[in-house]
Amino acid sequence: MKLPALPAFIPRDFPQPLARLVAKLPTWPASRSFVIAANLAAWPSLRELDWSQVFGRRFRVHVRDAGLKLYFSLHADGFRAEREGPCDVTFTATTADFARLALRLEDPDTLFFNRRLLIEGDTNLGLTVKNMLDAVELETAAAGMPAGFGRIVLNLRRMATQN
Amino acid sequence: MSAPPLLELICPAGSLPALKAAVDNGADGVYLGLKDNTNARNFAGLNFDDKSLTEGIRYAQTKRRKVLMALNTYPQPATLPRWHKAVDTAASLGVDAIILADPGLMAYARKTHPQLRLHLSVQGSATSYEAVNFYRERFGIQRAVLPRVLSLAQVENVIANTDAEIELFGFGGLCVMVEGRCLLSSYACGDSPNTFGACSPGHAVRWEQTPKGMETRLNGVLIDRYADNEKAGYPTLCKGRFEVQGETYYALEEPTSLNSMEMLPEMARLGVAAIKIEGRQRSPAYVAQVTQVWRAAIDAVKKDRTAFKPQPAWLAALAKVSEGSMNTLGAYYRPWK
Repeated sequence: MKLPALPAFIPRDFPQPLARLVAKLPTWPASRSFVIAANLAAWPSLRELDWSQVFGRRFRVHVRDAGLKLYFSLHADGFRAEREGPCDVTFTATTADFARLALRLEDPDTLFFNRRLLIEGDTNLGLTVKNMLDAVELETAAAGMPAGFGRIVLNLRRMATQN
Repeated sequence: MSAPPLLELICPAGSLPALKAAVDNGADGVYLGLKDNTNARNFAGLNFDDKSLTEGIRYAQTKRRKVLMALNTYPQPATLPRWHKAVDTAASLGVDAIILADPGLMAYARKTHPQLRLHLSVQGSATSYEAVNFYRERFGIQRAVLPRVLSLAQVENVIANTDAEIELFGFGGLCVMVEGRCLLSSYACGDSPNTFGACSPGHAVRWEQTPKGMETRLNGVLIDRYADNEKAGYPTLCKGRFEVQGETYYALEEPTSLNSMEMLPEMARLGVAAIKIEGRQRSPAYVAQVTQVWRAAIDAVKKDRTAFKPQPAWLAALAKVSEGSMNTLGAYYRPWK
């Protein structure tokens, strides 16, 4: 029995010179791009849930191997990019591990035990987000994504589970 | 009359996708809880509301799988109606059984919903057949989940002396195993599983990467510090490292998971009714992986008990998702017994 592996085109090792460059860039453009994508792809399937505990809190997603830090918050109308600064909670992992989590291929606790996922700051807020995202089925989320995008996501997952 | 159950696979469901993952990967039953402190996995964002519970029961029962609802905390005087309402909800939505620890709640369930099947939770901490039989005679419990403190020889003694079905933990996180009686979390942060419904609740936990390593604090108290290459465990007091007489080590217990798979043939011989997988706090990905492995193992045991041997791929898959990435047989195996 094989455990799910990622499709080969998702980088396992992000090129380090590029990562060093990314780390020096301002975070705002990347955060803006992320938020636009998240509002398009994820928000339609998330908006029905009760996120009132999460509204207005500042999140940082630190993609360790890519040197990338994304700052954003969630509001009644969706995700908003935030300026660099202190946050309520920070999630740190690699590109590949964030991809595994997003495709529901890996369990966050497993990554935590193996020191591949770190949640710093307000743990309760981090757990809330983790558990609420777990409660959304990938198929439901994919159905709410723009045409074509949802199919790509489901295909990625299928490829990984068939590897 | 149908044959008594043997090695039913009971899997955790902290959400609807986890429930579906368990059912789709071969669980005979799932256990779940509501979004409040009526169960011992009361974590933010986890568990079921009326809508997801209704859908979950429909999904499982359509495929002839069972849904067991854990109501395994101890009601508090000011909020007792919440526990009663939870029992009523379970009965009206048609769960297959409720898992209880508190005798008062058992009495309520027995009186109000006599048709509702009752299981004794591990939190009830019944370790002898006398205790199990007391709950059976007094409240009609039909199954008991035994605490993880008994050797298999002691389990055999319980099974030989009770009519109640016996469910054993097969896999998952271990604690110091004074289930229903542990106050360590309460000592550190004021909340315990028995009343608040969670050990080391999120509001009390802080992780921080420091130059010395990743630090885990519980209510401000440093309970562990991991070097970069060290595996981590849950942020509970029992699994912290403490300085005792000049030496810093796991003074209570190491972070490790129970894995009793190699004892499945013996459990089948004893007539163990069900095997429980721990982990309602885990994601659907974990539930899918672990259920798949245990389904294959239980099927293999039922096919040929004597030839059964856990496959290396199964053990590797389980080790990967284990706390501290380590497994133990726990109390089940005591060769000197």
